[in-house]
Amino acid sequence: MLPILPAAVAFGLVYGVAAAEKGMSALEIALSCMFIFAGASQLVAMELWREPLPIVTMVLSVFVINLRHLLMSATVAPWFANSPRLATFASLFVLTDESWGVAVADRRGGRSDAAFLLGAGATLWVVWLGASTAGHALGDLMRGFDPDLFAWLITGFFVVLLAGFWRGPGDLLPWLLAAATALATVQVLPGTWFVLIGALAGSLAGAWLHVRRR
Amino acid sequence: MAILLMGAATYATRIGGFLLIRRFKPGPFLEAWFGHVPGAVFAALVAPSVWQAGLAGWAGAAIGFGAMCWTGQFLPSLVLSVLAFFLARHFL
Repeated sequence: MLPILPAAVAFGLVYGVAAAEKGMSALEIALSCMFIFAGASQLVAMELWREPLPIVTMVLSVFVINLRHLLMSATVAPWFANSPRLATFASLFVLTDESWGVAVADRRGGRSDAAFLLGAGATLWVVWLGASTAGHALGDLMRGFDPDLFAWLITGFFVVLLAGFWRGPGDLLPWLLAAATALATVQVLPGTWFVLIGALAGSLAGAWLHVRRR
Repeated sequence: MAILLMGAATYATRIGGFLLIRRFKPGPFLEAWFGHVPGAVFAALVAPSVWQAGLAGWAGAAIGFGAMCWTGQFLPSLVLSVLAFFLARHFL
């Protein structure tokens, strides 16, 4: 559990700084951390944040990014066979990639306690909320410092996060296709369509290649 | 309002698997698709920004990506990426 906390603090701080730069208020950031509580989704929402809010694109993007949670919550379902409903739904509310990862590792290590997942998730929730709002305060202090460099802070943040998703050479083609489709879409369609269209093209191609290879 | 809707969409996927697993098992295609979505979303999201940033963008993206793949450390990789972008913008 401990190894994931420093990463969450760093991630939260940078998210807060970047979101402040994008014009999100401290309240909007805090609410995102409390209710969405999903790093990748909040980043996408932040990047799409503009007037007027593209709500449909935002909700759809967040939904497809989180489809992977379906698999994760399905794998932990048997752990909750004897747990009260409220504890089960609370645990699932704070389910994240990280807490799921450490909980599954803990389980493989021979221990079996569904409460570990809840504890890890809840700890992360508090740390994430604190770090992000602190980052927002920091971002306010640094406002107007060097806009180009700030813009890159956000893009570089996404690039590093993308690299963290790297699972092997099988990812290369889907990612290139997603990027190329997004670049082409930006030329012809307004707004934020490029995210959804590029992501669908890349991920469907990836799944198709994956299934065909077997 | 938008935040609450996104929160609801996220929570739906978190409890969805738990509720669905009793009725239905995802096939290999769906399972592979779910696994490919996060990477594809970010690849699509960054592509136009990197493109617009020009040469410095390519430098920053390559260094950040390489550093993260190599070290797996989030913050140092981001710092290197920003540094590479800064240097490339000034000297190229």
